[in-house]
Amino acid sequence: MTKDALVVEGLGVKAHGRAILENVSFSVRRGSTLAIVGPNGAGKTMLLKALLGVVPHEGTIRWLDGTVRGYVPQSLVSTDLPISVGEFLGLKCGDDPRKCMGYVGLGGGLLAQPLGSLSGGQLQRVLIAWALVGQPDTLLLDEPTSGVDIGAEEPIYQRVTGLKKRLGMTVLLVTHNVHVVLHYSDYVMALNRKVIFHGKTSGISGSMLLNMMYGGKHMMPRETHARLR
Amino acid sequence: MSGIYYALIVGMFVGAAAGYLGSIMVSRRMALVGDALSHVALPGLALGILFGFDPFVGAFALLAVTVIVTWYIQKTTALAMEAIIGVLFVLALAIGILITPQVDLLEALFGDVANVTSLDAAVTILIATAIVLIARAIYGKLVLAMISGDLATSSGINVNGINLVYLLLVAAVVAIGIKEVGTLLVGAVVIVPAAAARVISRTLREYALVSSAFGATSAISGIAISNYVGMPAGPLVVIVGAAVFAACMLAGKTLHIGKYVG
Repeated sequence: MTKDALVVEGLGVKAHGRAILENVSFSVRRGSTLAIVGPNGAGKTMLLKALLGVVPHEGTIRWLDGTVRGYVPQSLVSTDLPISVGEFLGLKCGDDPRKCMGYVGLGGGLLAQPLGSLSGGQLQRVLIAWALVGQPDTLLLDEPTSGVDIGAEEPIYQRVTGLKKRLGMTVLLVTHNVHVVLHYSDYVMALNRKVIFHGKTSGISGSMLLNMMYGGKHMMPRETHARLR
Repeated sequence: MSGIYYALIVGMFVGAAAGYLGSIMVSRRMALVGDALSHVALPGLALGILFGFDPFVGAFALLAVTVIVTWYIQKTTALAMEAIIGVLFVLALAIGILITPQVDLLEALFGDVANVTSLDAAVTILIATAIVLIARAIYGKLVLAMISGDLATSSGINVNGINLVYLLLVAAVVAIGIKEVGTLLVGAVVIVPAAAARVISRTLREYALVSSAFGATSAISGIAISNYVGMPAGPLVVIVGAAVFAACMLAGKTLHIGKYVG
């Protein structure tokens, strides 16, 4: 039985004639969490979109047969509609919305509340609940705590990690948060149009990670260079 | 059955269908698109009058072509829909005014609900029912695409495809609404009931139903008043709709409902 939930080879994405991603190759182990880091404009969100099949791309993307994906976007375009949380979750057929709300620690009482009236933390948890409708085995999270108070971030990641263990899910997580990468991911991939680094999280320090996210590979220790692709 | 009853039936069905579609249009901040689009019907009506075929077929044909051209330009350029419709609208209006025979121009601009026949009523009922049924089938997808295009696409929804279907439905409701209120005011039949419903609705279901009900009620009331006072129905339908909107604003603020929650 294969151990990889996802194998990507030679992935390229262009927008308006400009390369956003070039020759990106990596794999993701089943049941692991891969943190995807990189500076703004590095192509992290575009990578998730390509993996979801939302944007045209070249190269190959092979998901494990029968993979069900749940996606949490960075933000919603509009929450100004008169739509309740229950109606929003009901737009995606699948499980009982109450069950999915329970997974993310939200009570069923919130189902009748307008989506636009939720706090940042509540909205993100509802989006994770949305992603969980249909019982996915892989979660793709694009900065799932953007716009959330610092104090509210931690419980969300704890919740996601708990769900991952409980439901045996694979998680791909785009984040800028070093603490989150070091504490909640098994593997890290630094991206800046190309793959700069891909390896185990346990082998890197916070300062190395910061370099990968905001600096260049010239600032990395020698042993890290050796692992560059 | 006399003409007024046919007019009332047509008004009820057009109003309900327009209100239902309008709830999406207002939420997508496309209110002025609906208004502008309605004016595109004028040259289509004129072609029908000039060449002796049903003017409303001409109106729908031109609306449908405009919708497809708009959809295509939006899909392939960075232009906003309002800008594209803005260009096409003035072009269509200019051509329409030039080619519409003077004697028919007033009816085309303001409608003439007094001349509704049993055939008009039957065709309108069929088309309006089909519009609501199709819109209901894609309503959830349209809403999800509005909330997040990425969520919609990643859920397997063809966002471009359902946008085109939606715009064609708007074209159809505008075409059947022209007889009631004319090309100048038909956009208001789509937008005003939805704007009123938006103010007092807390859920999508409420919003769509109330918008539809306001559309039907405004049309019936406007046509009935028109029959009583002997004034054109179109402007009265719009004025009743605007009165409902004002009442909803007041109710929303007073009762702290809808948008004013929290």
